[in-house]
Amino acid sequence: MAEQLNSMLSLRGLTRRFGGLTAVDAIDLDLAKGGLVSIIGPNGAGKTTLFNLVTGIDRPDAGTVHFEGQDITGLSPERLAAAGIARTFQLGRVFGNLSVMDNVLIGAHTRLRAVKPAVPAIGPLLELGLALLRPASVQAEEERLREEVKAILARFGERLLPRIDQPAYSLSYANRRRVEIARALALQPRLLLLDEPTAGMNPTETSEMQALVAELNAEGLTILLIEHKLEMVMRLSDRVIVMDEGKKIAEGSGEDVRSDPKVIEAYLGHGLSGTTEQESAA
Amino acid sequence: MSSWLDYTINGLIVGNVYALVAVGLALIFGVSRLINFAQGSIYLVGAYIGWVAVVQLHTPLPLTIIVVAVAAAIVGLIIERFGLRPLQNSVRIAPLLATIGISFVLDQLVMLTFSPNPRALPSQLPEVRFQVGNGTIGPLDLLIAGVGITSALLLFVFLRYSKLGWAVRAASQDRDAAMQMGVDVNRVNQAVFGIAAALGGVSGMLVGMYYNQIDTAMSLQATLKGVVAEVVGGAGNVPGAVIGSLLLGLVESYGVAVFGTSYRNLFAFLLLVVVLVLRPNGLFASARQAPPEPLTGTFIAPSRPVRIPRWALAVAAAGFAILPLFPVSFYVLQTLINAWLLGMLALSLTLVAGTIGQVSLGHAALLAIGAYTSALLSLTLNVPVGLAVIGGGLMSAALGTLLISPSFRLRGHYVSIATLAIGEIVSLVILNWESVTRGPIGISGIPPLSLFGYDLISPTPIYWFSFAVMVVLALLQGRLLTSHLGRSFRAIRDDDIAARAYGLSLNRYKSLAFIFGGFAAGVSGGIAAHLYSYINHETFNTQQSILALTVVILGGLGNVVGAILGSVALVGLPEVFRIAAEYRILIYGIVLLLLVRFRPQGLLGTM
Repeated sequence: MAEQLNSMLSLRGLTRRFGGLTAVDAIDLDLAKGGLVSIIGPNGAGKTTLFNLVTGIDRPDAGTVHFEGQDITGLSPERLAAAGIARTFQLGRVFGNLSVMDNVLIGAHTRLRAVKPAVPAIGPLLELGLALLRPASVQAEEERLREEVKAILARFGERLLPRIDQPAYSLSYANRRRVEIARALALQPRLLLLDEPTAGMNPTETSEMQALVAELNAEGLTILLIEHKLEMVMRLSDRVIVMDEGKKIAEGSGEDVRSDPKVIEAYLGHGLSGTTEQESAA
Repeated sequence: MSSWLDYTINGLIVGNVYALVAVGLALIFGVSRLINFAQGSIYLVGAYIGWVAVVQLHTPLPLTIIVVAVAAAIVGLIIERFGLRPLQNSVRIAPLLATIGISFVLDQLVMLTFSPNPRALPSQLPEVRFQVGNGTIGPLDLLIAGVGITSALLLFVFLRYSKLGWAVRAASQDRDAAMQMGVDVNRVNQAVFGIAAALGGVSGMLVGMYYNQIDTAMSLQATLKGVVAEVVGGAGNVPGAVIGSLLLGLVESYGVAVFGTSYRNLFAFLLLVVVLVLRPNGLFASARQAPPEPLTGTFIAPSRPVRIPRWALAVAAAGFAILPLFPVSFYVLQTLINAWLLGMLALSLTLVAGTIGQVSLGHAALLAIGAYTSALLSLTLNVPVGLAVIGGGLMSAALGTLLISPSFRLRGHYVSIATLAIGEIVSLVILNWESVTRGPIGISGIPPLSLFGYDLISPTPIYWFSFAVMVVLALLQGRLLTSHLGRSFRAIRDDDIAARAYGLSLNRYKSLAFIFGGFAAGVSGGIAAHLYSYINHETFNTQQSILALTVVILGGLGNVVGAILGSVALVGLPEVFRIAAEYRILIYGIVLLLLVRFRPQGLLGTM
């Protein structure tokens, strides 16, 4: 139990079944504060389903999720966001018609205080009134968050700042991924889940992203990463977990995992046997 | 107790008819994830083709059925080819709006061809009743049951054993994969729309014979009933749709037995709301599953809104404000007053349908709530009219939001169904709650608008009053859109899963949108009540909901200035061109279709 107390995130026996298919099968996982653990595995291994279970988008059939020692199994995504868990999505889920600025401001939604007083029952009505009246405190908060968004966007160099007022649908694929990460950072997360942040990026963009993830981790952010690019996984991770068909088939340092025959078989064996690659169940 | 058997048999027979509509809806939903709002119109067309065949051409029954099935199938194919196929790659809202537009065009065409008066559709079967236990059944009952069971069997054989049937099932499980395997999805769609339309048409004809009456109001009722049955059974689930239909038939029949005929529809819609709240995926749906991630598609058409400079808006507003000082006719003022009232409704709808993406089809119910509240407050409690109108707005905001809240967990097309049903429930409650609403008699003698003790009787002060109220509401809504709520609403619309992952509670923000929008609509209804001096349960009907939706699409979803511009255009242009009233709804339907096809972002662009 000692390990569980020190860890930021700990999963025990986490399981999710879809009909006859067990997408996530009794997964145990521990992620220490400030650590970076990567999950790898062939398509359809259950990685994204695991993320959905941790972030409340889906509920497990069995097992528990503890976050900073507290049982958060089955809580709603809204509550988990408020608790400090942020994520990005595998296929990119930016708000297409919102500007880059508004997209990232949504990330800071859980941190709104002045305009969203924590009053029971009439809280929503107060929020409506404050949004219309906008007293100085609300304006100041909005202004502060806008400055903060610009600072976050500056981490991506000149990729996003010149496009701050453009709608997200007009951005390139890589820039949408960056907006997602900026939005996650605006939440000031204690735990960040990145689902294939470099999917669809060229080598230059990938190395930029790798540098950013390393920098965030060095700043003390705890990160759970799904990634296919093994080079990046090897460089960044404290520990690597390999999933196949919902099960954890290997765990350890990058070097251990890379030479594990079960891992090689999972990648090559399945790749050749031609099982359907259904990303939605991945 | 003998009548219970009768009610059970009647329920099963009616349920069988619903099944013919619901199975078609389920097939279409399965393949294209679309709730076909035009299904009831095909049912209507089927009934009238049946009337032509029976009364004018004197066809024998088997031939009548074939004629109706073939003609309805052709209508279905035309809808698929020209209404929906061009929208295959457009935004998610487009096909939904298209089927709504098609349904209005078809209904109006039938109405213009055959007049809105009910007609008798005689059954072509002998008038004998067979004793079954203590109840009786007639040959038509057996025919309906026979057609229901036969078509279910034929459909089963088609889906299971024919190559095209396989393709339909494959496409409904995974459209993209089916396409990659060489399935011609267009042919699948054609087959599905043809079958669904044939079933719907035959069912309309049989129902017409069953009640020996057809009229143009059948369309909306059929769509609603079919959708209720389909949703109860689980969307896209064909056997579920059959069972849902039988259940719906029984619930209605027993409801009528206990409470009387005027409660029939109330039970149907309450069943829908209960199912949506408790089991939104239907009674037989498999376990909860997160919806797949969207790739790049958004709910509404991406566009950059046309930026109109503030001074231009101010000039336009000032121009309209001083208009009565010039020698304009009362007719012009009256037309613009109608435009301002519609503008308030459109502001409300553009917020909930455009900004937060809840395409409400029952928005006229908010008008009705505001109108009845304001009328009753001023009549029975002697509340000053100015305050009564605000009371109407507040009641619409509160009650409207409460009534609509069961639909907050729904997405896309389901929201439209739920709001349509909730709108019908409001109208039925007004009809049946005589002690408060005076039932079918309506409320007469509503006092005129008055402000600080001065009655507003002549058009000029009424014009100023309604214009001022609309401008204030528009300014408030504009301010709302630039606040954090504006971006939160739009984020929920664009991707509710991602919005929740960043802490946005759907219930909270959808409630706030409906509270704000409900107030604007309620105020509009309240003012209207005092202008008309008489209202009843039909004053605010689905046509107004559709007109408001057309206005909102025309102006640009979520666009405040667009909502007002659209109102002036759709109220004013028919007056300018002196278009007869009965053609207007047809024109609104055609405008809606053309917009969805050629300018989905509207005149001023979506926000």
